[in-house]
Amino acid sequence: MAVALVTSLWMSLALADTATPAAEDPVLEARVAAIAAELRCLVCQNQSLADSHADLAIDLKNQVRQMLRDGRDEAEIKDWMTARYGDFVLYKPPVRRTTWLLWAGPFVLLAAGGVWLARAVRRRRVLLATQDAGRGDAALDAVDAARVAALLGETAGAATPPSDVR
Amino acid sequence: MTPSRAVRRPPRGAVAWKFLVPLALFAVLVAFLGIGLTRDPKNLPSPLIDKPAPAFSLATLAAPERVMTPADMRGKVWLLNVWASWCAACRIEHPLMVELAKSGVVPIVGFNFKDDPQAARRWLGELGDPYVVSVTDRDGRVGIEYGVYGAPETFLVDRDGVIRFKQVGPITPEVLRDRILPLVRQLQG
Repeated sequence: MAVALVTSLWMSLALADTATPAAEDPVLEARVAAIAAELRCLVCQNQSLADSHADLAIDLKNQVRQMLRDGRDEAEIKDWMTARYGDFVLYKPPVRRTTWLLWAGPFVLLAAGGVWLARAVRRRRVLLATQDAGRGDAALDAVDAARVAALLGETAGAATPPSDVR
Repeated sequence: MTPSRAVRRPPRGAVAWKFLVPLALFAVLVAFLGIGLTRDPKNLPSPLIDKPAPAFSLATLAAPERVMTPADMRGKVWLLNVWASWCAACRIEHPLMVELAKSGVVPIVGFNFKDDPQAARRWLGELGDPYVVSVTDRDGRVGIEYGVYGAPETFLVDRDGVIRFKQVGPITPEVLRDRILPLVRQLQG
């Protein structure tokens, strides 16, 4: 009777032990953590499995650990997860027709912005060049020319000593 | 004014239009965010739709020595309703399940998810048992096979054992009337 009791107690302890994360294998734990960091917790959607302590997240981490022990690689584990929970479980969505815009969108926007910027700069450069050209050539009419001469003369007169004028 | 300058300056209408571009972009952004607000982020498309219901062999809640598998339901259109006594939303959904069971339109199999069987039996005794049978998934392993991430969840399975619809969260009278029952009739017909 006592033996049976001790045995059952020992059994339950042994069972409890399998449920806790196996800390004795740091390499395995590091791989579990790395994979869990790229999987989304379905219950608390803005956390990764690695960050979450939700019940389901713990179950799924145990699942990842078990699959690694069984010799499955990261790609197989991710396939297994997406087969059950969809692409949403992946923090890095796969590139396919429905996610093309998601992946390419920022680069398309960047390219469009670059094209727009280049055109704006060129337009401005052309505008400044024509303005410079306008200032340089004989586009001044007679009235403007006279005003310019008068103003320049005034400044010259003010700047130079009177003795030199005579 | 020189002619070259006159050409460079855009007509008035074009200037006004240019200032509207940021406003238009902002309007598009608001529209997208607005649509985003109306959608429930908890409602994820299940990859299991149109796939065979994952096989399992689980002890029934009423008689743990008896085992039930989805193959037992072959030839029938049926619902698999994931529930647990710890699940508050299941309590909200439950009267509708009881009512649906009474109507006899479609058999409902209960999927008791990560629950204590005793608490589960008490729960059914208290609120009524709408299930033709309930199976117990104590460690949640089979739940993971079904992509369960929050009870209640309900799967509609057709005669060939293929999942045709999934509801995450409590089934509302609207969902039952507009989505589930028409699909059940279509699959049974």
